[in-house]
Amino acid sequence: MENEKLSLPNYSIPEDIQNVVAVTTLDRLYNWGRRSSVWPLMFGLACCAIEMIAAQTARYDMARFGMEVMRPTPRQADMMLVSGTVTKKMLPSIIRLYNQMPEPKYVVAMGACASSGGPFKEGYNVVAGIDKFLPVDVYIPGCPPTPQALIAGMIKLQEKIDKQSIKHVTWYNKEKKDGNYVPMPILGPDLIDVRRNAEIRDVAAAKESA
Amino acid sequence: MVTPLTATVDLVVRFPGIVTADVRPGYIGFIINKENLVEVATAIRDEFGFDLLTAVTAVDYIAENKMEVVYHAYKTTGGAGLVFRVQAERVDPIEVPSLIEIWPGVDFQEREAWDLYGIKFTGHPDLRRILMWEGFEGHPLRKDWKEPFFEEETKPFKSRWPDGQHTFAENKNPFRDNLNFPKDFDPEKYVVDKEEDLYASLERYTTKDVEGNMKTDHIVVNLGPHHPSTHGVLRVAVTMDGETIIGLKPVMGYLHRNHDKIGERNTYLQNIPYTDRLDYFNSMSNNFGYCTTVEKLMKIPVAERAEYIRVIMAELSRIQNHLIFIGMLMNDLGTMYTPSLYAFEERELILDIFEAVSGARMMCNYFRFGGVVRDIPDDVLQKIKGLVSERLPAKTDEMERFLNENEILVARLKGIHVLNAEDAIKYSVTGPVLRATGVPYDLRRADPYSIYDRFDFDVAVRQNGDMMDNYLIRFDEIRQSLRILEQALKQIPQGPINSQKAAYQVRVPAGEAYGRIESPKGELAFYVVSNGKPNPYRYHVRPASFVNLTAVESMCRGTKIADFVALLAMLDIVMGELDR
Repeated sequence: MENEKLSLPNYSIPEDIQNVVAVTTLDRLYNWGRRSSVWPLMFGLACCAIEMIAAQTARYDMARFGMEVMRPTPRQADMMLVSGTVTKKMLPSIIRLYNQMPEPKYVVAMGACASSGGPFKEGYNVVAGIDKFLPVDVYIPGCPPTPQALIAGMIKLQEKIDKQSIKHVTWYNKEKKDGNYVPMPILGPDLIDVRRNAEIRDVAAAKESA
Repeated sequence: MVTPLTATVDLVVRFPGIVTADVRPGYIGFIINKENLVEVATAIRDEFGFDLLTAVTAVDYIAENKMEVVYHAYKTTGGAGLVFRVQAERVDPIEVPSLIEIWPGVDFQEREAWDLYGIKFTGHPDLRRILMWEGFEGHPLRKDWKEPFFEEETKPFKSRWPDGQHTFAENKNPFRDNLNFPKDFDPEKYVVDKEEDLYASLERYTTKDVEGNMKTDHIVVNLGPHHPSTHGVLRVAVTMDGETIIGLKPVMGYLHRNHDKIGERNTYLQNIPYTDRLDYFNSMSNNFGYCTTVEKLMKIPVAERAEYIRVIMAELSRIQNHLIFIGMLMNDLGTMYTPSLYAFEERELILDIFEAVSGARMMCNYFRFGGVVRDIPDDVLQKIKGLVSERLPAKTDEMERFLNENEILVARLKGIHVLNAEDAIKYSVTGPVLRATGVPYDLRRADPYSIYDRFDFDVAVRQNGDMMDNYLIRFDEIRQSLRILEQALKQIPQGPINSQKAAYQVRVPAGEAYGRIESPKGELAFYVVSNGKPNPYRYHVRPASFVNLTAVESMCRGTKIADFVALLAMLDIVMGELDR
């Protein structure tokens, strides 16, 4: 049944158990459980991490939405909040953390740097957006985003979770078991994305002079 | 009162033929023959008493085919500093003697100069790259090194201005990405650096016999870069005997955002918002340091009212920094969240004031050359008065009452990680960490900038140099900041907030300037070289966290790993400033 129609169930419930029984779909129950306990990875990269901490303090209190349990280990985290500039040197660690997170997992790019490189995009050690490597679910604009903006972004993620269906999600799909595995980049003369090895070789060979 | 730009020491008379005075317009100090650097530096420390070497950095004068290493030395008794430099031909290998034997505090800074400029410091025992990784191609701060997204030498780029035609930087790069590889590079044949040099630099023992036959071995542990207690993305490689630390090397650069390189492409004004993102707790202090430096170069006065506004903002910033420090220290000691929630409550009130004056909570971008960008409205001044006279003193007392005599806190802090004054100066440690060892060195008194000489306050000093004193001195500093604030709020005059006309670009005469301020973490300094053009020729940040971390290895040897976590909190490092 469509989620929207749930509030109007066309089942006739016997009168004596009307206050005891609720009708819902498995999807809705499943998503309600997941969206109310999104555990973020305790993971701060730069300035945005400070606003992330501020969002958890008494004034903004992200716990109201069920996502305050920060886990330092990726094994227990559902969501990676990329809070700050992603540098080339840091990227392999981020990818490793992402690969270690169990499904279902989400990535939120917090702030201009994580979304696109931001003010530091031109820097030689800066990755112009984490979405070059990880599938990003929500982008939060701002430099840094205020705690309110962060919470709004989190609510967007909850809306996204609400719309997922147990029938289609990739993590129960036997064929796509490693669907979200990202190969580890290598730190060479510059950042080597191993998926682009052939391209790197071609461009380097075509280069004019050493 | 402003201290003179340079100390009245005549090195030329003392070392005829070896030292020459720097006569380039706008420059001060002395040029020392490369071969005699160690000899002269020893005399500078021992004979002339410049015991604190605060900054070492390099400048690439590509037009003259020279590489220059600039040193700034100061006396911990206060007063003006001494600038001396060596010049080397710009032909690889560029070699300059290391000063690590004289001032061990140059360790990381020399490694940085090697990493970014490719200057080999002969005699440095552990000259590895520090901000980039081993294997990275080239030395990025050299003027002939171009980043992958290179568009033009200087901003504003022609593609953006004046006709507003925008091209994406991606379209100019063959990878359509921030990548650049040397000619004929084959990624599949690349041998990955296994960081053997790093592990080899750690102190270790192979196997030792303990009373008879039991054999023990060291283990190597990597803390970070993803670790809940490293305050960001610092990584520390440690060798341990059980739980005792034998050797320790910080590994950094995981947040190296290329401030120096971007800063040299930017115009002077464009750099102000970038300084916000150095020490992201204290954007006001960073603005202060940068504007002070450029004003020194431009030789312009600061509007009277703006001077007061600057002091008010910088001191508020210091208070909230120390509050966070206390909260984070408690987090690392194990009282997860409760004290830091109290600290953040007060911090929010101060951030409200920043937001009211500048429009942003954290990245204020509030200072301009010659003043500040907006005036403080009267109601905000009233709000600050309320905070300073009632709320903050009461809350500071409350925190002290709750925490100071806590049994666990005392057990974890008292007598742990003692740093003596001699070592602290040797390692160029500044800020509260230095003052906790009994050295009353506060730039607001020792080398007064802005209008700090008008205020009546004491330099907070503690004598033991252990963690407990480091913790208590933060409360002392909050109290002194409140004292300064009270006076500043009483004295603040009406008037213009900027001595200059608003302009998109400033004219900066050729020369160099080293401006330093007492940021909450220690000495924050900027070294700016101008060649008269709209962009700085050299823009260098001397961050407090980075240099203070030099002392960490010697402080930790022989202590427990759990205390190291507390020590990192105590040094009050912040990665944005550490890695830049």
